[in-house]
Amino acid sequence: MAEALRFHYDVDGDNFTSAGAASVEVKRKLRQLGFDAETIRRVSIAMYEGEINMVVHARGGSADVYVDKNSITIILADSGPGIPDIDLAMQEGYSTAPDNIRALGFGAGMGLPNMKRYTDEMKIDTVLGKGTTVTMKVYFTTGKSTSSAE
Amino acid sequence: MKQYKHSVSLDIEKCKGCTNCLKRCPTEAIRIRDGHAVINSDVCIDCGECIRRCPYQAKKATFDHFEDIDAKKYRIALPAPSFYGQFVDLDDVDYVLQGLLDIGFNDVFEVARAAEIVTEYTRRYMREENVSYPVINSACPVVVRLITLRFPYLCDHVIPMMPPIELAGKMAREEALQKHPELKPEDIAIVFISPCPAKASYVKNGFLGEKSHVDYVVSMSDIYFKLIGVMKKNVIPKAVSQSGMIGMSWASTGGEASALFNDKYLAADGIENVIRVLDEIETGHFPMLQFVELNACPGGCVGGVATVENPYIARVRLQALRRYLPVSQNRLEKDDNEGYPEEILFPKDLEYRPVGKFDEDLSTAMQKMSEIETLAASLPALDCGSCGAPTCRAFAEDVVLGGRSVDECIVYMRERISELGKNPEQETDQSSGEDQP
Repeated sequence: MAEALRFHYDVDGDNFTSAGAASVEVKRKLRQLGFDAETIRRVSIAMYEGEINMVVHARGGSADVYVDKNSITIILADSGPGIPDIDLAMQEGYSTAPDNIRALGFGAGMGLPNMKRYTDEMKIDTVLGKGTTVTMKVYFTTGKSTSSAE
Repeated sequence: MKQYKHSVSLDIEKCKGCTNCLKRCPTEAIRIRDGHAVINSDVCIDCGECIRRCPYQAKKATFDHFEDIDAKKYRIALPAPSFYGQFVDLDDVDYVLQGLLDIGFNDVFEVARAAEIVTEYTRRYMREENVSYPVINSACPVVVRLITLRFPYLCDHVIPMMPPIELAGKMAREEALQKHPELKPEDIAIVFISPCPAKASYVKNGFLGEKSHVDYVVSMSDIYFKLIGVMKKNVIPKAVSQSGMIGMSWASTGGEASALFNDKYLAADGIENVIRVLDEIETGHFPMLQFVELNACPGGCVGGVATVENPYIARVRLQALRRYLPVSQNRLEKDDNEGYPEEILFPKDLEYRPVGKFDEDLSTAMQKMSEIETLAASLPALDCGSCGAPTCRAFAEDVVLGGRSVDECIVYMRERISELGKNPEQETDQSSGEDQP
């Protein structure tokens, strides 16, 4: 077994139109690695939501994706304002997104809940005024990569 | 897996091996090898982008020719609605239909008629329970193929219903058999007049594995030039169009979607835009959408590479042509408002057929990915295309997976040569050691 693959992305906080680009790139790589549709979808949704969060609340950050033999780990780190109340932030429908972001269809308060729903593990480390790091894990069964009919 | 049959071919004589098509292929299916373009048919989606981009007309769409269709057969023309937008100063579609009879077709069945019926069935489908929103249209074969290759999660969002071309072929044959009881089904040749090569591929490959109801696909530009010779303004046409506004509107982007009277829709055109929209839908970004109309060609079918007219002009013409038409001339007979016949549904589910997987075994795939990442990072990132691959990243994949030599990168070679200039002795020693055992 090769050691874990690592993909690193800088998420640009000043360019809203590029938000979500890293998750599309990861999706492509997971497809090439032969993952099944469901795993790819879970990882790409979780990562997409996280990317949007970093752009909306923290002016960007970095995304690292590690693939090892039984799990995919996504680490999203920013130097934003931090999350004052994690339990509140985890509630569906709770959002602090500004109005101009809501006008674009974001800010439904589903970002963190979706990230939790689509991953097997999620951990939030946040320090007010310093930043937030979200670590998510999706487990898969080796050998059961793409199960398509040939 | 059965090989997918395509309708884009290359004239090797004309191909200069330039990088125009290489760079624009949305699925990176093209490589330049031995001085000319080569298409990887597993990945090609027949979008026609390379035909559009080639400055030397080396890329061609392959169609059937009207002359090659047995004249003893009862030949029925199926004009796509986009066909009507091709003609200058046309004020009535009947002239086009009459022209088709005059050049030798025995009958005409407008695809717009089938489109109006598909519209009605789609409205019914959208009212059903347990529909996976957003529903994606099945009319553009490029989009359907793209989804099966790249968007596994969206396969069951595609409306499992015959596209208008297929329904038109089926209805045309049934109608002809009724009108002419002496005919046998095999005496009839159903000929679609197509704006794009993708429809030709669609017919060759069949409707999800079953033989298509359409027998031949001819190019719109081919028939156009035959027609303008015979269309006369001073003779009143006998043929009568049966398409309404809705059917005609299918020719350009937004026509199919707006006919559903449901404004929670998105309509996108141009293959790159389509891919972007599919990526976002797959990520669950547009929860409010109920219908998504996607067309690979810019402007919709009027933008197909086998059309004659600029797509935006064709669209304006169609707007004028449909102005005084009834909204629809093809209503379903039953007014129970629900359901649709089994026979117009997909014969089987759309199947995800991934391409480009590095290896069946995950750890081997990861090993290869790691090699590719390392190599890609060392390449110049110019994406110049000189090596014959569209990007440095694709070249790295070709080296690791396809056994290409990294020496094909001219930037890499230049660096090696300049290093060789600096340290001639060292290199000479090495190379003499390699070359002369």
